[in-house]
Amino acid sequence: MIIAIASGKGGTGKTLVATSLALSFDGEGQLLDCDVEEPNAAIFIKPETEKTIKASVPVPVVDESKCDYCGRCSEVCEYNAIVVAKSKVLVFPAMCHSCGACTLLCPRGALTEQPREIGRIETGRKGGLRFVPGCLNVGEAMSPPLIRQVKKLLDPGQTAIIDSPPGTSCPVITAIKGSDFCLLVTEPTPFGLNDLVLAVETVRKLKIPFGVVINRSDLGDNKTEAYCAAENIPVLLRVPFQKEIARGYSTGKPLIEILPEYKNKFRRVLEEISLIVKRSANKHEG
Amino acid sequence: MKQIVVISGKGGTGKTVVTGSLAALAQNKVMVDCDVDAADLHLLLHPEIKERHEFKIGQTAVIDRQLCVKCGQCLELCRFEAIRPDYTVESFSCEGCALCHYICPARAIRMAENIAGEWFVSVTKYGPFVHAKLGIAEENSGKLVAKIRQVARDIAKRDRLDFIIIDGPPGIGCPLIASLTGVDRALIVTEPTLSGLHDAQRVMEVARHFSVPVRMVINKYDLNPEMTDQIDGYCRDYGVPVIGRIAFNRMIVESMVAGKTIIEQASSPLIKELTEIWEQLEE
Repeated sequence: MIIAIASGKGGTGKTLVATSLALSFDGEGQLLDCDVEEPNAAIFIKPETEKTIKASVPVPVVDESKCDYCGRCSEVCEYNAIVVAKSKVLVFPAMCHSCGACTLLCPRGALTEQPREIGRIETGRKGGLRFVPGCLNVGEAMSPPLIRQVKKLLDPGQTAIIDSPPGTSCPVITAIKGSDFCLLVTEPTPFGLNDLVLAVETVRKLKIPFGVVINRSDLGDNKTEAYCAAENIPVLLRVPFQKEIARGYSTGKPLIEILPEYKNKFRRVLEEISLIVKRSANKHEG
Repeated sequence: MKQIVVISGKGGTGKTVVTGSLAALAQNKVMVDCDVDAADLHLLLHPEIKERHEFKIGQTAVIDRQLCVKCGQCLELCRFEAIRPDYTVESFSCEGCALCHYICPARAIRMAENIAGEWFVSVTKYGPFVHAKLGIAEENSGKLVAKIRQVARDIAKRDRLDFIIIDGPPGIGCPLIASLTGVDRALIVTEPTLSGLHDAQRVMEVARHFSVPVRMVINKYDLNPEMTDQIDGYCRDYGVPVIGRIAFNRMIVESMVAGKTIIEQASSPLIKELTEIWEQLEE
């Protein structure tokens, strides 16, 4: 079972929920940090690093001895990553989406692909938990290729938690696509609700069953609860604001360490999620 | 004309609340919400939309099922896993590269223009406001950011405004880069947590990479005074002035719930702190 943690808005407590949910597993499990622009799960997991994998994307390289400057590569590149002058081909690797069109369509076979590093993945372990965090290099614009590479390391035999980036566009879609369930973390403020509604639209579009966690549930107003009730969205956990949590979290402590009674609460959330996933699978078969 | 962007690396540090306050304090300005993925500034500024425009960009593959011979080439060569085994296109995965269109031997794939979102020019009680809504699951948010910044620059030039105040997106990827390049100053709002420091460090590096001068504000500083000192020290070593510290205050949440900026709603110590932040920024 793959459970993605998402939020629409940043700072609602996605990492707080993802890390404690992963640490509350009974047996083996895995946590993938796909918030590769700002990966923070490691701060709370404090894993023993096993190996570092350099993540790269293929970008075109021109063999000018074969090139006749026909301009086909530049014509088919939708991202303006190749410019062909009279006797020079310029490649702009930062704009390349690594789709492979130029290499494949070059009539003279003058283009090949070479890897360009965009980030790294430092796999690690904490007890029974496998930890796979992606970290995008500073200055890189595109995170989805790195997110895809983190997800390639997912072991399908074990329950997986995916900590996703904020927002509703390509990075978060790449992170949550293919999950069995999506847990949306929100807070009961107009900002939180505005972004929750967008996140709900997103998971509905992807046809992934989902539920909500309300963080700082006693700050703000009750419009978020009302929205969830009206939309028939299960609220699986409420975490009230406590200075103790904020303080502990600020020093890198996971929630279930700050308040151990949350371990059972997170286990119950996991149980409820697996029930919902089973029910939704049955519905699809039926 | 001076462009000031408010960023954070991490989301939820209070970026929009600070931007809203600057919008209330600055004179002669246009505001832009560049967090097109999850725009929130409109919840404080209550814009009245005057202009609405479609944002057309990129394209999506469409397979003609009559012509398709199910040869499997598109399925095999698409690197974005956007072609389903039943030869339909998963539009939210398609990056519009058109590779499938070129290689399809049956010429069954065409590229259709994509409407990725909308952008608006509005009036608010604080002045003009340019904002946008990216369609769900759309990409190219960096280009939408570039578009609304251009519109704001045009308005600032036309109306001879002194400032462009930009609410930036979280992260360090393309929307952030598109919000940050070419501005006169970036204000980073951080909170005293390990993740706040970690993300602020990364976003400071991005700002340095693009040679943008940076100032720092520590929000909720009293939640962890030791961490606040640590961030202070880090900023000093990095050469980034810390120009403000905002205490944790339930009133900030209350003003957000009321849909008001802190300047309209909250108590005087908060207003004083934010006024001092603005005075140091506008210099």
